[in-house]
Amino acid sequence: MTTASIQMIRKEGEKLTTQGKGKYRSEQTKDKISAYLYISPFFIIFAIIGLYPAAFSLYLAFQKWNGLGEMTFVGLQNFSVVLNDPLFWKSVYNTIIIGLMGTAPQIIIGIILAFILNQAFLKFKNTFRAMIFMPYITSMVAVALVFGVFFSNNDTALANYMLNLFGMDSMNWKTHEWGAKIAISVMVFWRWIGYNTIIYLAGLQSIPKDLYEAARIDGANIVQQLRFITIPLLKPFIILTVFFSTVGALQLFTEPTVFLGASAFSRTEAMTVVMYLYRDAFSLQSFGTGSATAIILLVIIIIFSALNTFLTSGIGKKRKEYKA
Amino acid sequence: MKETVKKRFSIGKILMYTFLIIASFISIFPFYWMFVMATRPSAAYNSIPPTMTPGDRLVENFLAVLDKIPFFGAMWNTLVLCAVVTLVVLFISSLAGFAFAKFKFPGKNILFISILLTMIIPPQLGLIPQYYLVAKFGLLDTLFGAMIIFFLNPLGIFLMRQYIGQSVSDELVEAAKLDGCSNFRIFRSIVLPIILPAFATLGIIVFTATWGEFLWQFTVLRDPESYTIQVALSSLNTTNNVDFGMMLSGVFWATIPLVVVFLMFNKLFISSITEGSIK
Repeated sequence: MTTASIQMIRKEGEKLTTQGKGKYRSEQTKDKISAYLYISPFFIIFAIIGLYPAAFSLYLAFQKWNGLGEMTFVGLQNFSVVLNDPLFWKSVYNTIIIGLMGTAPQIIIGIILAFILNQAFLKFKNTFRAMIFMPYITSMVAVALVFGVFFSNNDTALANYMLNLFGMDSMNWKTHEWGAKIAISVMVFWRWIGYNTIIYLAGLQSIPKDLYEAARIDGANIVQQLRFITIPLLKPFIILTVFFSTVGALQLFTEPTVFLGASAFSRTEAMTVVMYLYRDAFSLQSFGTGSATAIILLVIIIIFSALNTFLTSGIGKKRKEYKA
Repeated sequence: MKETVKKRFSIGKILMYTFLIIASFISIFPFYWMFVMATRPSAAYNSIPPTMTPGDRLVENFLAVLDKIPFFGAMWNTLVLCAVVTLVVLFISSLAGFAFAKFKFPGKNILFISILLTMIIPPQLGLIPQYYLVAKFGLLDTLFGAMIIFFLNPLGIFLMRQYIGQSVSDELVEAAKLDGCSNFRIFRSIVLPIILPAFATLGIIVFTATWGEFLWQFTVLRDPESYTIQVALSSLNTTNNVDFGMMLSGVFWATIPLVVVFLMFNKLFISSITEGSIK
């Protein structure tokens, strides 16, 4: 259909609608009904499995309940039980340490990889990109099991073999305070580095090539190009990945649970906040404290994602002030 | 002077290639190693230096997996779950995206923003009541119970609204209306064919994400018959003296289908995931 004919039809339509205002009105009402109908599935499902459970969690956080018997109102007791439990704070500490070790290095290495992948001279660009992205398509369970063998408590574990090569002692990865955290951080890093790299790559491709050209003519080396062109212009993309990484890291559950297997909920070296929540609710049948933990977790997520987003958006600003 | 500049750049190139090759090696080594272990007896694991070549137990190890978990049943369950979730999300998102992109109605902006706001609710917040609800309706150990919470996908509505807004012209919709098309007919016959590329993008994002989901399935699926592949695989590691060859054989065969699909469509995969994140 050509634009001219569409416009003609449109004019005809306008004539028709001005002729019969009643018909136009009913047409509008019909549109409104259609629109509400089309967006209703989301809201109906959200009401049942999103809003109701969230509200119920809020309610449960003030009750004592084992899932079967009567609920009893206990006020803030669940919160004080959780907040006075050393294990809860240990799980917060573990989550933050693993999150930091697993995600922070991704920003730097991801940017470097994206920077290289964006070079014009590079051959086999798509092959390299596909290889680096491949870990992302493996499930977290698969990653945890493969790295679970790599980091097993055996002297002959591949990770220990490599430590021995460098003259270091073997480590009990699954039971050592730092061993477990390092192993889990490595998994997180391995699976997500490719994802972050392609986000940065998309960001780099949006930076005009002549900027680098001009910098090169002015004698800027690669490090200077990275520092003064790439990173400032990449800022929105860095903020995005930092936000995703923060939220994701604070919800860590699958990797430590599957990595530790049978001992996942009885050991404390790598217990995360969500594991603590899960253990409360589904091993100890204490739904009240579990819900209180969920709400505390929500608060932690809001605080940390706001803080990290704020800190990352500060990167470029400082430089500007410094320049001026 | 000119020579030194040239030389410095070629050193830079070599460094960049080296870095990239090391990174690629680290990325794909676990896939190869998974395959090696899947073809070796557990004892191969104890050899020094470590075994790095495939052995001859490819079939035996996989038979041992079949002995432990209903592998094919779990793969089938996962496939059905992911397919249904993807189709439902595509349907809900495109209809709602169509409404937000092409209709005027009171409360439109507030409703759209409230959909985006639901994204910040962490899934664990509702975990306990969701479990309770699913249990109450007798949906524990069922695929429907395991998939229902994934029907909510605010990102899908957002992507669809963007895409429909850009690619379906208002004139076209109005012209169809004047021809007497009902709104749903317009959606089905005009909007749907235009937005098929967006379906590919969103479909890949939803399918991949749902395939890897673990926490919810782990919570509601306790009967091995109802396991998805992730829950089934995780159950391989719950005893202390686990046969590594058997375990990694399970992981290998569960991972390989997705790897093959990825290698065939890697450009589409990567562009979809990127688009879904930065739109």
